[in-house]
Amino acid sequence: MTTFFNALPGAVSQGLVWGIMAIGLYITFRLLEVSDLTVDGSFCTGGAVCVTMMVAGFNVWVAMLAALLAGMLTGLVTGFFHTKCGIPAILAGILTQMGLWSVNLAIMSMKANIALNVNNYDLLVSLRYLQDVNKGERPFYQHPILVLVVFTAVLIAILYWFFGTEMGASIRATGANENMARAQGINTNVNKVLGLALANGLVALSGSLLCQYQSYAEINMGRGAIVIGLASIVIGESIFGRVFRNFALKLASVSLGAVIYYIVVQFVVSVLEIDSNYLKVISALIVAFFLAVPHWKSVYFHKKDKKGL
Amino acid sequence: MLKIENVYKTFNPGTVNEKKALKGLNLELKEGDFVTVIGGNGAGKSTMLNAVAGVFGVDSGRILIGDVDVTNLPEYKRAQYIGRVFQDPMMGTAATMQIEENLALAARRGRPRTLRSGITRAERESYREQLKILDLGLEDRMTAKVGLLSGGQRQALTLLMATLQQPKLLLLDEHTAALDPKTAAKVLEATEKIVQKNHLTTMMITHNMRDAIAHGNRLIMMYDGHIAVDVSGEEKKNLTVEQLLNLFSQASGSDEVDDKLVLG
Repeated sequence: MTTFFNALPGAVSQGLVWGIMAIGLYITFRLLEVSDLTVDGSFCTGGAVCVTMMVAGFNVWVAMLAALLAGMLTGLVTGFFHTKCGIPAILAGILTQMGLWSVNLAIMSMKANIALNVNNYDLLVSLRYLQDVNKGERPFYQHPILVLVVFTAVLIAILYWFFGTEMGASIRATGANENMARAQGINTNVNKVLGLALANGLVALSGSLLCQYQSYAEINMGRGAIVIGLASIVIGESIFGRVFRNFALKLASVSLGAVIYYIVVQFVVSVLEIDSNYLKVISALIVAFFLAVPHWKSVYFHKKDKKGL
Repeated sequence: MLKIENVYKTFNPGTVNEKKALKGLNLELKEGDFVTVIGGNGAGKSTMLNAVAGVFGVDSGRILIGDVDVTNLPEYKRAQYIGRVFQDPMMGTAATMQIEENLALAARRGRPRTLRSGITRAERESYREQLKILDLGLEDRMTAKVGLLSGGQRQALTLLMATLQQPKLLLLDEHTAALDPKTAAKVLEATEKIVQKNHLTTMMITHNMRDAIAHGNRLIMMYDGHIAVDVSGEEKKNLTVEQLLNLFSQASGSDEVDDKLVLG
């Protein structure tokens, strides 16, 4: 149990990092209503670009901006496959994801992983900083949890603003009802591409934070990202869904969902002492269960439609 | 205002499901015309409306709105000229968005979508006023999600959305067919009110012959992919359902009358 409590701050930090990825996924999954599998690749792209840039001597913010843009580019590719080539969204995402394996390796100079020595770089977040703050060697405001909470809050504020603009509203309308969107003069193809680019930009940004946090980028770092992201969304929605109605709060609940997910994972590993190898199958089952609930509700607790005005 | 010139459209060409939906369709609407469109199932009514709206391209012929040849324009670009209400109440509105958000989207039809605010305070006030015209109490529920509304309320809202940004052409595709009679009457009444107030050039498909006679200044009947009957002015005003049925059997060359046409 003590190991669990000792590991808790780490789990929360990691959850907050993945929470940003989950917010990106929320944009495609809930607003555009497509399951975008690009994320497994673009998450790693973000990490690879960030580490490579930092090793090359760039400032951490420049490296993260580059990661964001690279991620948006991957979304653009998926969007192109989907809208201009008529490939179903899921397959378009899989194609991009697969292609990104080679691209990510190429970004990392054909190495499967690149280390980022904490002592040599000024990072935004790091597991080491967490330990340093506890030992009193660093000021409290460099604590990863604090940094990530502020970072996430700023991102949510920007997204809240954006989805309230004419452009953001068009993306939401495209996801909500394509027929209606087109009838109101909205170019639904452009908006899908825009949404995919934005989402994958955020996913890559999250990848750039994870590689800083764990001090390395690795070719497999994004594998299963979509399941973790979906788990965060469904956990957040099922716990906070009834209370958090506002769009900003909904995004916050996704981030909280990721934090809870990582706390549960930590619990499973350090208290229940289940081999971490089984995490993926457990996550997959949890996500499947939560995604099934709305379907079961509609089948077994079917209410008759109301009629008339 | 609208000119359809010799338009042909075949669905699934070269297959067993081949359907020649439009066969040399010609139609010209003057500004301010309110045309009701009737015809049996498969006569090409909806195909005509969808061809005008740009849901699909046509095989040959031309479509002009005003002086603009829109034949090759994609649906979203034609939307700047056209307001539409569909048969399916679910189709015209975004269920997961608020009433006022739906209206704000419609108010920007034909304009570039920028990073300006998606809805302003001044807009909200004007929407509140416009919703009052519908007389459904929606003006007090502007932040409610549209998915919470009934089919009739959604159709009425779609109608308002279609006309918020004055369209050159209003297309109504059996927009009361999915509603119960009382609700249908109310939506039709709102339609009449809005069309009159804005002097809109309108095409309304209906299955109900009485509605087709009671509304508009011109009536066309489609048969087998073209226009079989076209009456307007005094002649249309004095039309009875009986005469209409006679005209139909003359035009189609058979005594058989489509049940769907009479009922509805």
